[in-house]
Amino acid sequence: MEKKQNENEETLSSLLGGIINGGIQVIDLTMTLDQRTPTIVLPPEHGQSWPFRLEVISKYDERGPATYWNNMSCGEHTGTHFDAPIHWISGKDLPNNATDTLPPDLFIAHASVIDVSLETKEDPDYLLTIERIEEWEKINGNIPVRSWVLMRTDWSKKTNPTEYLNHGDEGANTPGPHPDLIPWLIEERDVVGFGSETVGTDAGQAAHFSHPFPCHHLMHGAGRCGLPALINLDLLPAQGAVVVAAPLKIRQGSGSPVRALALVGK
Amino acid sequence: MIKALPHPKWKDPRVRTRKPSMPPGNRSREAQGLLSMAARGRFALQVCSNCGAVQYPPRQLCGKCLSEELSWQDVSNKGTLLAETTLQHSNDIYFRDRLPWKLGIVVADVGPSMVVHLSSDCKQGDKVRLALSIDAAGNAVVTARPEKPTSNEKDDLQLREMEFDPKHRRPLIVDGKTEMGLELTKAFLSAGARHVFVGYAKPWYESQYLEEIKKLDKVSVYPLDVTDTDSVEELVSMIGDKVEIMVNNSYHLRPGGLIDRFDINTAHDEMEIHYYGLMRLAGCFGPVMRAMGADGHHSATAWLNIFSAYAWINNPAVGTYSASQAAALSLSQCLRAELTPGGVRVVNTFIGPIEDEWHQLAPPPKLLPATIAPRIVSGLSKGIEDIPIGAVAEEIIERLSENPKEIERTIKL
Repeated sequence: MEKKQNENEETLSSLLGGIINGGIQVIDLTMTLDQRTPTIVLPPEHGQSWPFRLEVISKYDERGPATYWNNMSCGEHTGTHFDAPIHWISGKDLPNNATDTLPPDLFIAHASVIDVSLETKEDPDYLLTIERIEEWEKINGNIPVRSWVLMRTDWSKKTNPTEYLNHGDEGANTPGPHPDLIPWLIEERDVVGFGSETVGTDAGQAAHFSHPFPCHHLMHGAGRCGLPALINLDLLPAQGAVVVAAPLKIRQGSGSPVRALALVGK
Repeated sequence: MIKALPHPKWKDPRVRTRKPSMPPGNRSREAQGLLSMAARGRFALQVCSNCGAVQYPPRQLCGKCLSEELSWQDVSNKGTLLAETTLQHSNDIYFRDRLPWKLGIVVADVGPSMVVHLSSDCKQGDKVRLALSIDAAGNAVVTARPEKPTSNEKDDLQLREMEFDPKHRRPLIVDGKTEMGLELTKAFLSAGARHVFVGYAKPWYESQYLEEIKKLDKVSVYPLDVTDTDSVEELVSMIGDKVEIMVNNSYHLRPGGLIDRFDINTAHDEMEIHYYGLMRLAGCFGPVMRAMGADGHHSATAWLNIFSAYAWINNPAVGTYSASQAAALSLSQCLRAELTPGGVRVVNTFIGPIEDEWHQLAPPPKLLPATIAPRIVSGLSKGIEDIPIGAVAEEIIERLSENPKEIERTIKL
């Protein structure tokens, strides 16, 4: 028992050593929270998510001579954020389904990065399929149990909000997972959840799928999570990175902005 | 004859900007009655119910029969110019800065003689057209013009101090993504605006109206989101010292009441846009406009808010919207007091339901932006302070003055 404990302490210590000496790189997967960050577009008569807003409390002035700080406001699903299972109706009755009750070890997990940036460049409505992942697995090995599946599209390189949301008169045209992929990821690969570079984990046209919003309805229904609006996925290896992404501990929170980090061995 | 105002040159950066000053201020409580009429663009004077005499200036008692029964009534605005004079000297800083200044004495057709601010086109013995105007200090004064309109009468610099004719001026229209924004832009351009600045928020929501605005000449569009302090500050840094008329047409209506649609988020959005939005605009643009209030041809002159008539009385069908409008109206009164030292006047216009996607099931009469925008601009150019537009707004004013409780109980969409 004591020997095991020593081994674990050594693992941790060598992890820290790696971070300090640069052998393990820390990559920021988080977009800057900015007033210009667009939130998801919804029908105007529906409830709307607040955009990120900042108001100065004081800035070394008469409101607080020594202090700079701000009040901020935003919806739970703003910028790079975490989707908890309670976010969707299918996950509402699951145990430990909210930001305050999810087991915290879920917030540190392996990442499998599927690069479909070429495909999405050709087709903004590109859907990631089982076949495409099987092809990826032939090269990179199977997605391990308890991994995030991160769909690399380079979509986050679109810095213009209009191009990023890419709305037409039939809704958004942005890539996402094929509806058939989600049950497969849950049952065959037992994933933690699905991450994307777009404003949500589902494709822009997911409302019109035979199973609408599968990455929300099915993933959250099975207690899995989402990690949308990531950046820098192009800096990650296909396999082997560790993602650290913990939501704020909001009581019965459906999600929260996160500072998502990836640890990558050089 | 008044000459047409030449197209203003760019501001000379070597010249010290003239500091705002105000014409002499205090008025008696009775005299404030004139302001109430001027604010609505009426020419009304005190009329004695006992002997029928019309009197000016306003007093507590009838000057003829000492009766207390005085009421404000619309009267003929015609008169004859008895005498005219041109001030070449004044100890008052406001007038000294603006000399020469024409004054006259007019005998009104309804009786009284009045000292008036006089258009350069009037000569002794002429029949004249009187108006109650509001001067830079926010007080009611009488102005006189030739009986029949002359071609350049709006270009009289002296009277331009009290009116906001858009000719050669540069308005900023806050929201260019609505039909109202488009129609206001067109109305200001056809009224001779020198250039129109137009804001737009959330670029990822397309707007056919903004696209039409972009095709117009003498227009520039800028990102402007009144819910975002940074965005407002950024625009001030670009055009703050060029905005001569602020046109706050921010609009966010979501039907529903308080209990009938209990939703803090929706009410919050309405307050963010109407109340805090006005606050951000005023907090960022206000100080600059106040400092530029006496800058000759480049003066900031007016701050126009486009409010709903439900700012006066809550309509439960749009209950939280009405409340946010009332909050904004209250704030505009604070803004009016704070802009007065700069000679910048706050003008509020009150409109009834308009023909748009948020009034789909509201019964007519509904106002068309293309109809009301020119009326808003025309009210502004006359210097009117409170401009009700359309049957709904006018009826609300009338019923509020008759019996506020009656309208409170019966108002609906």
